[in-house]
Amino acid sequence: MRYIEHDTVVRRMNGRMVVNTIFKSLFLLATLAALMALVILMYQIVTQGISHLSFSFLTNFASRFPDQAGIKAALIGSIWLMAVVAPTSIILGVGSALYLEEYAKQNRITTFIRMNISNLAGVPSIVFGLLGLTIFVRALALGNSILAAGFTMSLLILPVIIVASQEAIRSVPGELRDASYGMGATKWQTITKIILPAAIPGILTGSILALSRAIGETAPLIVIGVPVIIQFLPAGVMDTFTALPMQIYDWSSRPQPEFQQVAAAGIIVLMVVLLLMNSVAVIIRNKFEKRY
Amino acid sequence: MSSHCSPFGVERGFIMRQSVQEMIAQSKGKKNKQFVEKMIPVILFLIASVSVLTTIGIMLTLIFETITFFTRVSITDFLFGTTWLPFSNKEAQYGILPLIVGTLKVTLIAILVAVPIGISAAIYLSDYASENVRRVLKPLLEVLAGIPTIVYGFFALTFVTPLLQSAFPDIKIFNAISPGIVVGIMIIPMIASLSEDAMSSVPKSIREGALAMGSTKFEVAWKITVPAALSGIIASVVLAVSRAIGETMIVSLAAGSTPKFDGDFTGSIQTMTAYIVQVSKGDAGYGTTIYYSIYAVGFTLFIFTMIMNIIANYVSKRFREEY
Repeated sequence: MRYIEHDTVVRRMNGRMVVNTIFKSLFLLATLAALMALVILMYQIVTQGISHLSFSFLTNFASRFPDQAGIKAALIGSIWLMAVVAPTSIILGVGSALYLEEYAKQNRITTFIRMNISNLAGVPSIVFGLLGLTIFVRALALGNSILAAGFTMSLLILPVIIVASQEAIRSVPGELRDASYGMGATKWQTITKIILPAAIPGILTGSILALSRAIGETAPLIVIGVPVIIQFLPAGVMDTFTALPMQIYDWSSRPQPEFQQVAAAGIIVLMVVLLLMNSVAVIIRNKFEKRY
Repeated sequence: MSSHCSPFGVERGFIMRQSVQEMIAQSKGKKNKQFVEKMIPVILFLIASVSVLTTIGIMLTLIFETITFFTRVSITDFLFGTTWLPFSNKEAQYGILPLIVGTLKVTLIAILVAVPIGISAAIYLSDYASENVRRVLKPLLEVLAGIPTIVYGFFALTFVTPLLQSAFPDIKIFNAISPGIVVGIMIIPMIASLSEDAMSSVPKSIREGALAMGSTKFEVAWKITVPAALSGIIASVVLAVSRAIGETMIVSLAAGSTPKFDGDFTGSIQTMTAYIVQVSKGDAGYGTTIYYSIYAVGFTLFIFTMIMNIIANYVSKRFREEY
């Protein structure tokens, strides 16, 4: 006696298996479509920009003539900007994360701070620009300086750094803490000598990713009033400057088609900078992964 | 040997001369150390409150400057007016509806592109892909999220728009469709990644149970994984909508600067974000009505994204299936 009739099972399963195969292909296709968009985007930019990319592109200032236009002021400006954003945002971010993970009691204030951080992460970058314009540019009279833009960008990426640092601090094993306390170390000694060294790879990885967001962010800079045609390099943080994405925006929005190529060349420079930053983050993560 | 040696010293006979209690007392006596231990939490609390101050700063900035705006433009004209003509020489009109409509057009197209692709990718990654394939595909998808929006804007203007124009000659150089598609591409990784996280947290045992009962993988995905992860999926879509509404550079470059209150997708439009950029780029003098109008528009934008974020939070908390 047969309990399971092979033919019936096959007959009934056939249709369902076909549906399964169709949808599996559809899902795979959708995934590949997204990746195709990435490939096409990269290809378009490289083919348009490579012809304009040269050493003089890196060493020339912006120009009205497409063939003389260079990215020097923007590249140096972006480096200046990062020199302000990196220390400001990392100190604020790691400090906040340490407070939330190590000191904060479970009370309403703490819940409020946590909720606030997750809400802040959802605020559009252009709104941070309005904040920067009102507080840093006008109220504190910093003008459209590197400092004003740097502070604005720091606040923009602060939630990202806080969350990354919190995760890094949380992943330090409890035994290390206990051992440190057991040896008679105070809380602050434990934090500076045990927890931070153990959490630094995670903090750095998260911070570099956040900084790479800041270096590509355009909208807040426009609102603050960062100019584009700049023929000199900044000498200090109170100087006016321009940045890579601003320069690319200006070139992209010009009607002459030659400037599209200049913009594409600028994008290549920006993407190389991003790639370098991300590689450093990956190297740090791989080097220190799973130490415990 | 002096008896004032460091408490961490290792000289022989050290313990004989100094009991542990004395060491602790000595250590506690150090004023400096105690001061540091007491001050650090205070300093760190002040640092942590910077993020709260930022939110308060944003709120106050937007509210105060918007109030100034409303002393010059009536609030009903602003909320219900269907003409946005701030640069008009005769009589400037500030009805925000055209800007909101422009924003919604771009968002609608972005969602039409991103939701099917994003959720399909999430299902593929969580239910079909092998561990190795997943480990390659997921970071690649996330590269899309790391590309600066200015790059997407350039892509929309120089590639997607000409491509659309060659297929549909009616489409103008500035339109809502091209930036909509590109904003959609930009938010795909957000939907895919967050939905995949939600789907991966559905316990394996439930899936294996269904598979053992003879379900196909598609039936497991469609009838088990997706319903169980639905709150996470909806939250990811709502967050993506919020991102699309706040997106600035793509629409500034590719959508144009013509605020319109109609249903046309093929011609130039203007979004809320693009208007703020347009004014910031120009030289709207400090104190003019146009200057204050960017805060009123920014406030509207802020409220839109805030509501979306609150909905996302609520959905993911309230409707989460616990296992």
